[in-house]
Amino acid sequence: MLIGKQLAFRYPHHNWIVRNFDIAIAPSEVVGLFGPSGFGKTTLSKLLAGYLTPTQGQVTIDNSPLPDRGYCPVQMIFQNPELAVNPRWRIHKILAEKQSPDRFLLNALAIHPSWLDRYPHELSGGELQRVAVARVLNPATRYLIADEMTAMLDANTQALIWHMVLDYVRSHNIGLLVISHDAALVKRVCNRAINLMQVGTSR
Amino acid sequence: MLSVQNLNITFTLYDRGLAQKQLTVITQLDLDVKAGEVVAVVGASGSGKSLLAHAILGILPDNAQVSGKMLFKGEPLTLNRCQDLRGKAIALIPQSIGYLDPLMQVGQQVQRTAQLSGLSRPAAKAAVDRTFARYRLAAIVQRLYPFQLSGGMARRVLVSTAVVSQAELVIADEPTPGLHPDVVTETLNHLRELASEGKGVILITHDIEAALQIADRVAVFYAGTTVEIAHAQDFSSNKIRHPYTQALWRSLPQNEFIPISGSQPTPDDLPDGCLFSDRCPWVTQECRLDRPPFLQVRGAPVRCIHADR
Repeated sequence: MLIGKQLAFRYPHHNWIVRNFDIAIAPSEVVGLFGPSGFGKTTLSKLLAGYLTPTQGQVTIDNSPLPDRGYCPVQMIFQNPELAVNPRWRIHKILAEKQSPDRFLLNALAIHPSWLDRYPHELSGGELQRVAVARVLNPATRYLIADEMTAMLDANTQALIWHMVLDYVRSHNIGLLVISHDAALVKRVCNRAINLMQVGTSR
Repeated sequence: MLSVQNLNITFTLYDRGLAQKQLTVITQLDLDVKAGEVVAVVGASGSGKSLLAHAILGILPDNAQVSGKMLFKGEPLTLNRCQDLRGKAIALIPQSIGYLDPLMQVGQQVQRTAQLSGLSRPAAKAAVDRTFARYRLAAIVQRLYPFQLSGGMARRVLVSTAVVSQAELVIADEPTPGLHPDVVTETLNHLRELASEGKGVILITHDIEAALQIADRVAVFYAGTTVEIAHAQDFSSNKIRHPYTQALWRSLPQNEFIPISGSQPTPDDLPDGCLFSDRCPWVTQECRLDRPPFLQVRGAPVRCIHADR
């Protein structure tokens, strides 16, 4: 179980971005999170994935805190893959950052072998996002946070990536948090959804 | 107002050493826009949407060869004419505030656009005040720098740059991704308003739902060609013609959410026949021989020999 308890965050000398926020995600559960811009959706996911340390409260997995070094079992997939990869690395090196994905996974994501020797700028946004997804789908990942994962992609590529990710999280018992502005998408892929307008983060 | 017929764009690239290769990125692309109309250009990334905009604005790089016909108000759109018209009769609403000067207050930038389009300094200042008021941007926003704008404000500033220039043709490049639905609707309504005032609007987007909210017609691009130019109402009334258009529609989460597998062919590996043939459920031997011409099916053009089934 991934649990964020009484999470609060602010940058020094600024207003609270997130305050008194509780969340729990079980393995193999798919939870949606939506709310207007500026409600702290991305801040919350960065707290849960260990990119930011909460000012108050704590994040635990099965009652132990997130590791402060090494690979984090909570991984994020961002909206803009070109900002999430090293532009000077070739695709095969990016994919192997944790461990090389097996050929079966590359096939399932339709990652063409000819891409592996290219640089990130030589792939389209949809192609690079599939690479970013393949990078985090490995046995060390136990929870996944998809922050507007397919907002930049056409409908067909969006459905392709979601089917692949949902199959993987189901078969590997991974918990998934879905952040999206697209209500139809949240309804389609999630078991339940949290509306920040109702529960509130800081207001 | 604008008519693009049989546009082809080829890049000459260095392959290995001094050997050059030709890469055809746009093949047989067609589009027409009338005054008072919103035409959406929909397709995956890499389908040639942005290149079309660059071709209309005359900002393709030097290694691009363009063939085919582009007419603006009946006259050929040559490179010289592009340079004369862009920012004046033809305006671009860019994708993000990354296109603004980060070190210049936004009011000044929009005013400069107005002056470059031919207005005098006082007239340009008045146009900026008027446009900002129209888009509910407080006077103080004129003195902000781009990084200080929220997502919604940034969109309205970017729309303002096109409005102050008095352009007749407005090209909006991906104005909506990642925005809250209210801001998306607001941005789209602004584009619709521009069309109601008699301008022609091209809305470039990968988001078919956004397109259907305001477009009169939807041009669907695939691998650098126009596969279909449908009427917006054809989607919900189940009249769309091309198998790729139908696949896009089916893959929406509120519809069936079923994608077709594979990916768009890359420019260095295009099939000889129909560009969609390697993923098409209807493919026959005939499809693999030649590129299909535009056929009129159920009142709109489509590049598929099986579309009338």
